[in-house]
Amino acid sequence: MSDKTINRVAKATPRRLARKVRGLSDRAITWIFVGPTIFLLLAINIFPLIWTINLSFTNFKANRINRAVDYIGLRNYERILTDGDIWLSMQATAHFLFWTIFFQVLIGFTLAWLINRKFKGNDIWTTIIVLPMMLSPAVVGNFWTFLYQPQIGLFNYVVAFFTGADPSSFEMLGSVDLAPWSIVIVDTWMWTPFVMLICLAGLRSIPDYIYEAAEVDRASKLRQFFTITIPMVMPFLMLAVLFRGIENFKMFDLVVQLTGGGPGSTTELASINLKREAFEKWRTGYSSAFAIILFVTVFGLASIYVKALNKVKER
Amino acid sequence: MNSHKLATASVIAIAAATFANTAQAEELTLCWAAWDPANALVELSKEFEAESGHSMSFEFVPWPNFADRMLNELNSGGQLCDLLIGDSQWIGGGAENGHYVKLNDFFDTAGISMDDFADATVYAYSTWPKGTPNYYALPAMGDANGWFYRKDWFEREDIRAAFMEQTGRELAEPASQLELLEIAQFFQGREIDGNTVYGAAIFTERGSEGITMGVTGALYPWGFKYENTPGSYDMEGAVNSPEAVEALEFYKEFYQTATPPGYTNAYMGESLDAFKSGQVAMAMNWFAFFPGLYADPGVGGDKIDFFVNPPQNNAGSTLGGQGISVVSYSDKQDAALEYIAWFAQPEVQAKWWGLGGYSAHNSVLNDPGFEASAPFAGDFLVAMQDVKDFWQEPVYAELLLSMQKRMHDYVVADQGTAQEALDLLIQDWTEVFEDEGKL
Repeated sequence: MSDKTINRVAKATPRRLARKVRGLSDRAITWIFVGPTIFLLLAINIFPLIWTINLSFTNFKANRINRAVDYIGLRNYERILTDGDIWLSMQATAHFLFWTIFFQVLIGFTLAWLINRKFKGNDIWTTIIVLPMMLSPAVVGNFWTFLYQPQIGLFNYVVAFFTGADPSSFEMLGSVDLAPWSIVIVDTWMWTPFVMLICLAGLRSIPDYIYEAAEVDRASKLRQFFTITIPMVMPFLMLAVLFRGIENFKMFDLVVQLTGGGPGSTTELASINLKREAFEKWRTGYSSAFAIILFVTVFGLASIYVKALNKVKER
Repeated sequence: MNSHKLATASVIAIAAATFANTAQAEELTLCWAAWDPANALVELSKEFEAESGHSMSFEFVPWPNFADRMLNELNSGGQLCDLLIGDSQWIGGGAENGHYVKLNDFFDTAGISMDDFADATVYAYSTWPKGTPNYYALPAMGDANGWFYRKDWFEREDIRAAFMEQTGRELAEPASQLELLEIAQFFQGREIDGNTVYGAAIFTERGSEGITMGVTGALYPWGFKYENTPGSYDMEGAVNSPEAVEALEFYKEFYQTATPPGYTNAYMGESLDAFKSGQVAMAMNWFAFFPGLYADPGVGGDKIDFFVNPPQNNAGSTLGGQGISVVSYSDKQDAALEYIAWFAQPEVQAKWWGLGGYSAHNSVLNDPGFEASAPFAGDFLVAMQDVKDFWQEPVYAELLLSMQKRMHDYVVADQGTAQEALDLLIQDWTEVFEDEGKL
């Protein structure tokens, strides 16, 4: 049947085209298919990267195109690495990164473990839990600013209800101590479902017969959890951590909407700082160097992490 | 042969006439911030459309994004705007980076004299380098930061008595910054008609220019200067003078003791909302909003009154306002210049004021009936006599963002002292001017 189809297609192909196609090697056909992708990759990713590296050694300002551009060596890098404000923004990023991942993994895994148990309404609960991550970060940021509003915000009233404090006595977004936690709470609320889904996929990939064998061996539920569930879900969990880590390292929209980097510079994450340098202060050379430093940091950490992930998978 | 020539000439004549008609009827785009005066300008511009045959479209951007959006447009050589009513601080960048058309020759040809406009507005909105007769904009909208308050609350006997008992003086418009704070603190947390109200809405916004505009409202009356000698960029002892430190401490105290809870990132919109919702007794904002506030059915009319930013060591108000410029990347510059010539006419300027725009034309400002024409008109004249503006350097954005950071860190985030904040500000600004080769 397929032979007949091939013959029919061959006959239907115009002779000139058939001659041309017959002349192409497998390698040439491969390049025809892969070429456009490689070209786009070079044009959109590699060229800008090289250009950015080049700019990072200059004092170029994109809003002063008439001004002479000087090569200033490593001065931009030196400035960034000795700038206390940059280190503060890196600290804010590290705080945000660590705690969001910590809570998202903890809550996400717990939810996945609960959802994985068969119960009535399982599907509806899954849908409800997943809803936050389907919303736009701008929308989430906006409505959480209302929830955090000290006079009318629901969040303050809920906290006040449980603690007996005056709702307007604390400001989640305006306090230096609370603002870093306020962005952690919102990001956790929004992205825990993502971690939950990945963990759920991991839990559902564990064959039942392993647990049945453990039951036969009289392994306790706790033992089964630590020796079967956790190790087998670990690669999935690590993948979720990788995704969330990369995403949160470059977090911008949600935090800008919530705090704008404030109060002061308390929640000014590296990406917000970078945007201000690049597109508000127009220090293009300086911000290019900063972008390269961030890129190398993420790339380096991600590479180490992926190696660790592969080792876990091999076990 | 002759008939062939005649036919060719006819075709050329028809084509020329067609081209001429097309050239006359342009569609001009005017870019500005999205706020009350912009709506007034739309109304005003209908006359220009009727007179000139050109049609007008408008690109109004909300204030928090206005600078970002428009400066990106200019820096990329975009042709979105033929006319731009840009902030006063942009004039240096607009001129030096070639974004704005220099208007001197056009003013000479069109018979427009800068002497017809208020000196302070010409200096601030039109000239670059500052104070030189090189004009890149026509003063379009005079503005300054002022105050408005709940006159009905100030007139209530129970409140007046409570104020007298607490302070030993009559409750009235403040005559100094310290009196302003005292009044705001008096209202803070007070119960009025069953609602808890607060002292005043001030500017604390972090992202664009808010807190700088608010803080300078305190710095200028204390005698703040950007340089010891104008043009020298010699900031040590000027920017961090004892008076400046005192003013900054004052603003922080104001923020901490006399503003509504959660007022950590507030600018024009938040100030208007706080006042209109009956949350605050007083609020700072730009004069541009005053016509709309006076007309507000809830808090306007008899319930509201206005005052100039109070003096302390001297009088001083933060300058707002903008000039109108022709964008050099526009291919409709002739029609855009036509608009400016029309807008500069005294009768058009009078209509502009009548619709709610703040004309800077002397024929309007010096009119004997001007002061009585609106409850805030007299205050506007007083404020404009002592306005001061932020740096107008081409690198103003870097200078502004540094100040935003240092002020917000100190006032809202409560980090460090006023002296440290101003010292750090000098460091930031020095670095910027060094990069520019000015230091």
